[in-house]
This record gives sequence, C-alpha cells and structure tokens, in this order.
Amino acid sequence: MTRAPHRASRQSHQPVRNASYRLLTGSVLAVFAVFFVLPVLWLVLAATKTDQQLVHDNPLSFGSWDALLANWDALKGFQDGAILQWLGNSALYAVISLVITLCVSVPAGYALAMTEFRGRRLLLVSTLVVMLMPSATLVVPLFLEVNAAHLIGTMWSIILPYAFYPFGVYLTYIYFTTAVPKDLLAAARMDGCSELGVFRHIALPLATPVIALVGFFSFVANWTNYFLPYVMLPQDDQMPVQVGVGNLLSSVPQFNPTAGSLAVERPQLALATLVAITPVLVVFLFAQRFLVSGMLAGATKE
Amino acid sequence: MTLDSSTVGSRRRRSGARGSRAGLAFVAGYALLLVAFGVLPTGYAIYFAFTDAGGSFTGLANFVSTAQDFRFVDAIGHVALYLLFWLVSLVVFVVGLALLLHRLSSGSISRTLRFLYYIPGALAGAASVLVWLFMLDPTVSPVGSLLGMLGFDTFGEVIAPGNLPVLFTAIAFWTGAGGWIVVMYGALNNIPHDVLEAARIDGAGAWQTAWHVQIPMLRKWIVYMVILAFAGGAQLFVEPQLLSLASVGVAGRDYSLNQLTYDFAFQMNNVNGAAAVSMELLVVSVTAAGFFVARSGFFDAD
Repeated sequence: MTRAPHRASRQSHQPVRNASYRLLTGSVLAVFAVFFVLPVLWLVLAATKTDQQLVHDNPLSFGSWDALLANWDALKGFQDGAILQWLGNSALYAVISLVITLCVSVPAGYALAMTEFRGRRLLLVSTLVVMLMPSATLVVPLFLEVNAAHLIGTMWSIILPYAFYPFGVYLTYIYFTTAVPKDLLAAARMDGCSELGVFRHIALPLATPVIALVGFFSFVANWTNYFLPYVMLPQDDQMPVQVGVGNLLSSVPQFNPTAGSLAVERPQLALATLVAITPVLVVFLFAQRFLVSGMLAGATKE
Repeated sequence: MTLDSSTVGSRRRRSGARGSRAGLAFVAGYALLLVAFGVLPTGYAIYFAFTDAGGSFTGLANFVSTAQDFRFVDAIGHVALYLLFWLVSLVVFVVGLALLLHRLSSGSISRTLRFLYYIPGALAGAASVLVWLFMLDPTVSPVGSLLGMLGFDTFGEVIAPGNLPVLFTAIAFWTGAGGWIVVMYGALNNIPHDVLEAARIDGAGAWQTAWHVQIPMLRKWIVYMVILAFAGGAQLFVEPQLLSLASVGVAGRDYSLNQLTYDFAFQMNNVNGAAAVSMELLVVSVTAAGFFVARSGFFDAD
C-alpha cells in the first residue's frame, strides 16, 4: 500500500485489499473448520470399518455398510442391549433435571436482575462463587451428603445436583441486566400489573432466547457428565450412556490388555461414542434457531 | 429531616417491600438447591479438611501431609502450565473467530461454520478424550503424516511428558471453544446496530471497530468465559486419567491436583487429605474470581 503507484486511484485499490482480506478471513475460518470437524468425520467413518481396515485403510475412507451393521449388532449384543438401556437412562436423567433447572433458574435470574430484595447481593455473589467452584471438588462431599440422605443408587442422587445450575441463573441474570430495559417493567407495574404478571407477561416472552440457551447448555452438561453418575449410580442398569461408554473403553484390548473374553473392538467403541453423542447434536440443531436469532431478537428495537 | 423527605422515604420503602417479597418468592426454589447442593457440600469439605478419620479437629495436619506428598508440587506446575496455554488460546481464538464470523456477509455460511465449530461440544468428557487418543496415535490417525513431519512416529513419542500441556489444551479447546463462540456471537448480535454504524461512519475499519467498540462491549462475556474456563481447567481430571489408562500408566498418572484428590480419597482411603486439596483448589478459584470481578466491574450492571 505504501508503494502504491500514483496512477492507481483509491477506488481501484480497494477491491484488491478487500479480496486479500477475504482470502485471509476465509482461510482462517476454513482451517479451524477442519480442526473441529476432522476428528468427528474420522469417528463417523471408523464406525463403518473392521478393526483391520481401521489400521490399514486410508483413515478417511468409508468401510462398508456390512461392517457398520456388524459393529452395531456386536454393540447391541454387549451385555444384552445395555447400550439401549444406557441411552434411556441418560434421556430420563437429563430431561427431568433440565425441567427443574428451567423452573428454578429463570425466575431466579430474573429476580436477581430486576428486583430488589434482602439478601440479593449475597445470593448473587454465592451464585458466582459456587459456579466457579470446580464441580469435581464437590463430588466426594456430595456423595457423603447423598449417602446420609439414603439416595445413593436412586436417580435423584444425580438429578437434583444436576438441577442446581448456577450457570443458568447467571446467564439469565446477565441477559436481563444487559438486554431488557427496567423501564419496560416499571411501566407495566405502573399500569397495575402484579409482580407475577410482570414476570409472566413481559419478562418471560422476552426471555425466550436465553431460556433456549440455558436449556441447551443444561441438557448438554447433564448428558455429558461423567464423574457424578459414576460415583452415585454404581449399578450397570442405572448408568447413563457416558459412563457406559467408559465401561466399553475398558473392554477394548488395545486400551486395556486385560480385557479378556468380552472384548470390544475399536470400531464398535467408535460407534458407541457416536450413538452416545447423537441426542446432543439433535438438540443443537433444534435449538440453533433460537441461538442464531440473537439474544434479543429485536424485542426492544421499536 | 423534613416531613417531605420522610414521606418519600416511606413510599419508597413500601414499594421496595412489595418487590422484596416477590423477589424472594422468585429465588426461593433456586436458593433451596443452592443450599442443598452448593453450601452444604462445601461445609462438608471444610469439615473433612480440618478433621481426621475419627472426626476430631486436627488443625492444618491434612494440608501439611498432602503438601509433603512428593507428587504435589509437580501437579501444581502441570496444572498452571496447562491453564496458561488453555486460557490464552481460548480468549484469542474464541473472540477472534466470533468477530470473523460476525463480519461474514453470508448468514448461512456463518451459521454453518458455527454449527461445525460447535459439533465437538457434543463429545465433551470421556468421548473427546477417546477421539483424541485415536487422533494422537500415528497408526490410525488421519493426521499421521503431520505427526510424522513433526517427528512423532509412535503414540509414545506423541504423549511425551513435555507435550501434555499442549495436547490437553488442544482437547479442551476442541470440545469447549465452539460453545463459547456461540455465546460470544450472541453477545455480538446484542450490540446495537447504530453503534457499529456510527463507528463505520467515523471511518473505523474492521480492526478499529473490533478493538475499540466490539471487544470492550464483549468484556463482561470474556471475563465470564475466562473465569469458567479457569474453574474447569483447574479441575483437569478426565484427560490425564484416561490417557494414563490408554498408555498403561506411562503418561498422565498423578498429573493433576484432582487426580491426587481422587487418589487420596479412593486409593489411599484418605478422605480428609482429599478434602484438604479440594479446599486449596477452591481457594485458588475463588481468589482468581475475586480478582476478575473487581477488575471487570462484573457487578456494575445495576
């Protein structure tokens, strides 16, 4: 640019700069797309191969439908269809927790952002603090507490701790403080709307994007949690699919040389991993409409 | 005090009381969960940290004995180095990619890319580690030739101790960054269009707009991301644990503080020592959070 020939006007220069900028942007975005997608693509293809093909064929080649079917049959055969049971468990735990999370954390985030009450600051600060505490730190103490309440081995031992989701409260709080004007609520109160009415008729409709966001993150967190159910639900038939897949992992001879006669092959493990993550992907596709439409969706633009 | 101001004061108090009761009702459910699954287990952890197996007070004995464990200082160094890599890469790339995506004129490309970047989020936890064990094994990896070019020909060479902070950063970034890009993109959408338009009219280019307008307006979200990533990173556990399983104990054994915690609790039957290390992790997190909160004006929203 500094050695721009004098004949070239600014106008003729602009497209060149623009093009190289776009090329740079495009390649950065593309490189990251490869980084994020390649391992997933590999995983999908690995499920269609035999263990032989996995090692000797091109890593990004498709195996065969027969191999995929064979892998699925072998996987279903593992402990008489345990994989299906695990999926059902995961769905049950994740959905019930999600419902409780939304019912308690959206009103709480709203109240923290838009109302005054005694202890508000204390609640806000403790929410932040608990949210920051590594959840694994509390696994052992939670185990002792739940054990004292005789809930070990019941689904409530993980559903209730999952339902406590300070991240959701904070997301809602930050959404209301940054994106919903207090004047709007004050005007409704002036018109004689009750506090519950203000929440239900004004705040809740505006909060749709953040409800979707909280619900989405909560579902993903519940579905992918590994350690808490591992400690709380020791029995095979109660495991969520994450813990189940971990079980499969220790039955693969390449990872655990002592796996023995119940051995699981690597492509079957890849398939199990795929099956285990599918619900989260489906939910993401469904929630994307809300996520993309932005956080406020023009509610206060006019 | 004049009569006038006292009437105003009492009216304010009355409306405050109405809001106060409603606010308390809105947060009641959440507060209950907070006490049951946040405060109570923390109390348990503190109690265990300062007592022995018999329940009698021992002062700092648990802290002293765990700190003298030969693995303790090494583990602190490992986690600190990992956190440095993880936080820097997260802030730079998440903010950068969100800004680039936000500038894309094509909504459908931007949407597709966000979806692609997010996909690994569905493999959080055990699944991501499993996939990366395959990625890092030159015999089956799709980037085996890349690993070869970098001078790594066997799985053992790839997972040499010096490489682990980078590898764990890659795994954590691969799973976690997409979700944060979605959040950051949502926050960018929340910036009023007129603000960006005004910056453009004032002659600000992409860089200046990003640096002087968009990033300052994202600050709250960036701080939030850093705090949560710090909390998550400090509890590094699944990655080294599964890696040590897959490498038959060669790499990743007793690598992080949390692994020590679980070793104390479940291998050495020393729940009190585990609670002491947990408390130390907790204090570090809370101190860091306090620093961020003070520096970022986190609670200035009122």
